[in-house]
Amino acid sequence: MSDIAFRCEGLVKRYGDLVAVDHLSLSVRRGECFGLLGPNGAGKTTTIEILEGLLGPDEGMVEVLGLQWGSHEHELRQRLGIQLQETQLADKLTVEETLKLFRSFYNRGREVSELLQLVELESKRRSWVSKLSGGQKQRLSVACALAGAPDLLFLDEPTTGLDPQSRRQLWGILERFRADGGTILLTTHYMDEAEVLCDRVGIMDQGKVIALDTPKALISTLAAPKVITHYGTLEDVFMSLTGRHLREE
Amino acid sequence: MTRGGASHPLVELTMARLREIFREPEALFWAFIFPILMSVAMAVAFPSSGAAPVPIGVRQGDGAEALRATLAASKTVAPRLVLAGDEERALRDGEVDIVVVPGTPPKYRFDAGRAESRAARLVLDDALKRAAGRREPWTAVEEHVSVPGSRYVDWLIPGLVGMGIIGTSVWGIAFSIVQARMRKLLKRMVASPMRRSHYLLAQVLARLMFLLPEVAIPLLFGRYVLGMPLRGSLLSLAVVSLLGALSCGAIGLLAASRTKTFEAISGLINLILLPMWIASGVFFSASRFPEVVQPFVQALPLTALVDALRAVVLEGAPLRAIGSELAILAVWGVVPFAIALKVFRWR
Repeated sequence: MSDIAFRCEGLVKRYGDLVAVDHLSLSVRRGECFGLLGPNGAGKTTTIEILEGLLGPDEGMVEVLGLQWGSHEHELRQRLGIQLQETQLADKLTVEETLKLFRSFYNRGREVSELLQLVELESKRRSWVSKLSGGQKQRLSVACALAGAPDLLFLDEPTTGLDPQSRRQLWGILERFRADGGTILLTTHYMDEAEVLCDRVGIMDQGKVIALDTPKALISTLAAPKVITHYGTLEDVFMSLTGRHLREE
Repeated sequence: MTRGGASHPLVELTMARLREIFREPEALFWAFIFPILMSVAMAVAFPSSGAAPVPIGVRQGDGAEALRATLAASKTVAPRLVLAGDEERALRDGEVDIVVVPGTPPKYRFDAGRAESRAARLVLDDALKRAAGRREPWTAVEEHVSVPGSRYVDWLIPGLVGMGIIGTSVWGIAFSIVQARMRKLLKRMVASPMRRSHYLLAQVLARLMFLLPEVAIPLLFGRYVLGMPLRGSLLSLAVVSLLGALSCGAIGLLAASRTKTFEAISGLINLILLPMWIASGVFFSASRFPEVVQPFVQALPLTALVDALRAVVLEGAPLRAIGSELAILAVWGVVPFAIALKVFRWR
């Protein structure tokens, strides 16, 4: 079995004149947690949706778990966990009904009751989705992604808009998934999140990966010269690389 | 294969849709309460107790009261005094079918374009001439036969059932799909290993659960409260209703296949349904339309559904007698479904 969880080479996606993804190549090992960072409009979501097989690239190659989307879509869907940025689950289903629905699509995986336990929603199992807090909704969404015991988890901004406690709760879930040998690709706006969770991060801007390394290495090489009064953070790296937005606005 | 406490995906998808419907009070109103209200309204508008006396207006003035009293003695008319200035309104609103102005001879005022008014003229004329001492050359022997199924209300009920079937099928399926698309739930579903055909099939199956009350309530109400005949076999009725619901469901699916907003889908559905309410013979016979447009009128799914329902309910027609209607419905099921599958946007 290959050591590579997924890789892509020379990905291009255009929307009219706009090049959303510009000759992007990436390779992530099994068991790794990889973070894609970047300002809004950098092409993170487009990239992750191409890897998820939801969008076809105009150019380039994608291989996930050693398989191609064109020939092995159903098998891949059975082995991937996907959480999309904007999905609103059905308001009038309960937490448990929603999980049962998603669990029914997979040939393998945990019991619904275990999933509820995993994302700490047992006490809400009979609540309607519409009655959940933002953090609870997001944990349910991740639980749906985990329903088929995936080898690989794709998360698009899983913690955007959540309060600090909810974010940490979600981090705990993701760390447990990794401890069981799972691979994660996530996009985020939060640098502290990437520092805590990710083995490596890629910083994207205008459809390209402009820096790619471990959080530590990025901080030491890119943030150090500018920082005099405090230790460098990933945020410093991010701002120094993509700060043009600040200047322009 | 384990499903971790979940059932077959088709069952889970259908149950999810049913739960959503049952937890939406408005949906329940349209499916269960509305047919009852509609039936009650029909019972009030079309009382089944024999022929009602013809409402006749007598213009106020000299001799009016005497004329009214004369007419009142006749059992066939129900006279009332009207002011000259109020006549037009009373005629227009159907409060009276004809107005008589006292005099020698009396004057009848009525709209010859209204069938009720033409009938009222004959009844009124007869009553007045009898009262004036007309000698009858002979009196015909009258034999009153009541032919169930010949009244307007009998004819109307199957039409309303057909209208209900198409309405629930198209609105129910199309709205649920557009809502899931707007919430990016469709996209999330196809990111999972769910079979797309299971999703679409579940929408239709959940819709069929409502078919029984929708068809049964107005028909049973018509049968037992209004005395409408129910002649066809249950099997024929079930086949027609089921095929009608499936075909209309396919139309709903097609309407929702690419639509992204509630505004767009509402407009689209109204565009599909409103012309059919008029053209398909729900309230008045579709045969009133000119010969040139008949092929189009007859090819409409609601025309086929309503005609088939009437044939089964009122005439007890066997399935082979409504073969052409069933064929039209089948085409309306297969073609839109095939197109919907081709053009459906899951994002």
